[in-house]
Amino acid sequence: MAADGDESAITVRGVSKAYGDVQALVGVDLDVARGTVVGLLGPNGAGKTTLVRILTTLLTADSGTARVLGLDVQRDAARLRERIGLAGQYAAVDENLTGLENLTMVGRLYGAKRSAAKARGRELLERFDLVEAADRPTKTYSGGMRRRLDLAAALVAEPPVLFLDEPTTGLDPRSRLSLWEVIETLVAEGTTVLLTTQYLDEADRLADAVAVIDHGRLIAEGTTDELKDRVGGERLEVRLDADADVQAAVRALAPMSDEAPSAEGTLVQVPVRVRNGAIVEAVHRLSEADVGVDDLALRRPTLDDVFLALTGHAAEDGSGEPAP
Amino acid sequence: MRRALSDTLVIAERNLIRLPRAPELLLAFTVQPVMFVLLFRYVFGGAIRTPGYAYVDYLIPGIIVQNIAFGGFVTAIGLNEDVHKGLIDRFRSLPMARPAVLAGRTLSDIVTNALSMSILLVTGVIIGFSFHSSVSDAIAGVALLLLFGYAFSWFFAFIGLLVSSPEAANSVGFIAVFPLTFISSAFVPVASMPEPLRAFATVNPFTVVVDEIRHLWLGAPHGSLWGSIAWSLGIIAVFAPVAVARYRRAAGQ
Repeated sequence: MAADGDESAITVRGVSKAYGDVQALVGVDLDVARGTVVGLLGPNGAGKTTLVRILTTLLTADSGTARVLGLDVQRDAARLRERIGLAGQYAAVDENLTGLENLTMVGRLYGAKRSAAKARGRELLERFDLVEAADRPTKTYSGGMRRRLDLAAALVAEPPVLFLDEPTTGLDPRSRLSLWEVIETLVAEGTTVLLTTQYLDEADRLADAVAVIDHGRLIAEGTTDELKDRVGGERLEVRLDADADVQAAVRALAPMSDEAPSAEGTLVQVPVRVRNGAIVEAVHRLSEADVGVDDLALRRPTLDDVFLALTGHAAEDGSGEPAP
Repeated sequence: MRRALSDTLVIAERNLIRLPRAPELLLAFTVQPVMFVLLFRYVFGGAIRTPGYAYVDYLIPGIIVQNIAFGGFVTAIGLNEDVHKGLIDRFRSLPMARPAVLAGRTLSDIVTNALSMSILLVTGVIIGFSFHSSVSDAIAGVALLLLFGYAFSWFFAFIGLLVSSPEAANSVGFIAVFPLTFISSAFVPVASMPEPLRAFATVNPFTVVVDEIRHLWLGAPHGSLWGSIAWSLGIIAVFAPVAVARYRRAAGQ
């Protein structure tokens, strides 16, 4: 198709959406290049799912334009639906149907004949390691198996663009890992993926680039490393003995950073300029100041840290937790 | 158009495949109506005067109409679950015909209604019911019942999309339909009711349809085939559009 050309797989320009008084999305711009994985990061209620629903034609934006594979999500919705796959956090499979029946149904709804849909279903069950469970109702499946089947359902028509809405939320670590491997294989085969997640490690592992969304606004874009750099690298966390002098510890650690250490109870935190030797230096300084230490570690920034750094006090606004 | 039909059939087939795997639903339209038939026939039957007919002959058309009107609750519960479990999202992300989800749903109700009607007729015959009419009239009665049941499937489709949980769908449907079926000629002659109820019962679509079934199956007077068809089509004309509108809204959030 000529319209496909070499333009990006997903192009979002100025998309806004409100539910009543609540602004779910505010002027979001986003580009996803073909064959890449972009992670849409943000806390619950940030607007990630709303954006995915708009891009998969389930929801109409109030304003702005969005194209997937050159097709407008509103005007060309019918054609677009033939070329995208959606797997959601709620594992949308019919729990009273078997794995094979689910996939066959989806295949037929894509317009395939029963026999072809069934053959494709078997192929996918094999690929997703669900052959033994093929003829069992999916209500007997584990959470991880359901997610795999849900993902398989999204792949029935071999879509070039795949939307994954929090694909591993609520899964145990092993299921998460196996789902990650499946997604990595798809990407290696050239599928473009837009992935929403609350976990930085998931984005770290899967995504080429990350877009951070909060309160419906896109607040940062880049690789996960770039985002972590913006947070200010690594941080030293020191847990003091219960009877230790917190102020003495803060004074002792202050020279290690451009920023003043923060203290909360017996926990003292300080961003460090240089990773190498930071722990040794901290132990040395604290023992010279005669402060008792219970535990001490260097911590990589988490999504929470990225958020705090990018949004300032937004973390408090978002969680609605009252200040003590 | 062909695509719309085949998608509708795929959805209807899916609804029927899953039915035997939800035993509580299966019980609701097999064992429960049989229980009702036996209770009415043997507990109330002796005390109810139905001039000109044995009570079992009078009862079977009434209880089948009641039962078939309730048949749509499978649609209410099923649609409600589909919305909450994300299946509607899945369907809407597929290049399938838009109306197929609701059309397939109500279509599969016709099959389940036919099944439960057969169970009731067999039970009826065992306890003494018999047709007093031609085969063609008996079949016309069956067809009318399926149409009336289909009309209520659209009512239940609307209810299923309106309320927040399958349980609520069930009880709202029950509260709406149960009094309608009892304040009608389904179980007792309308003439035995006090005035305000009798007036209501006379215009109640259940009375219109039950009387017509008795006309077609037993040769009773006072039936109105066109009245019955008009009620059925009227119910579809009201509830199909609101159900479709509700589906679009429920799915667009």
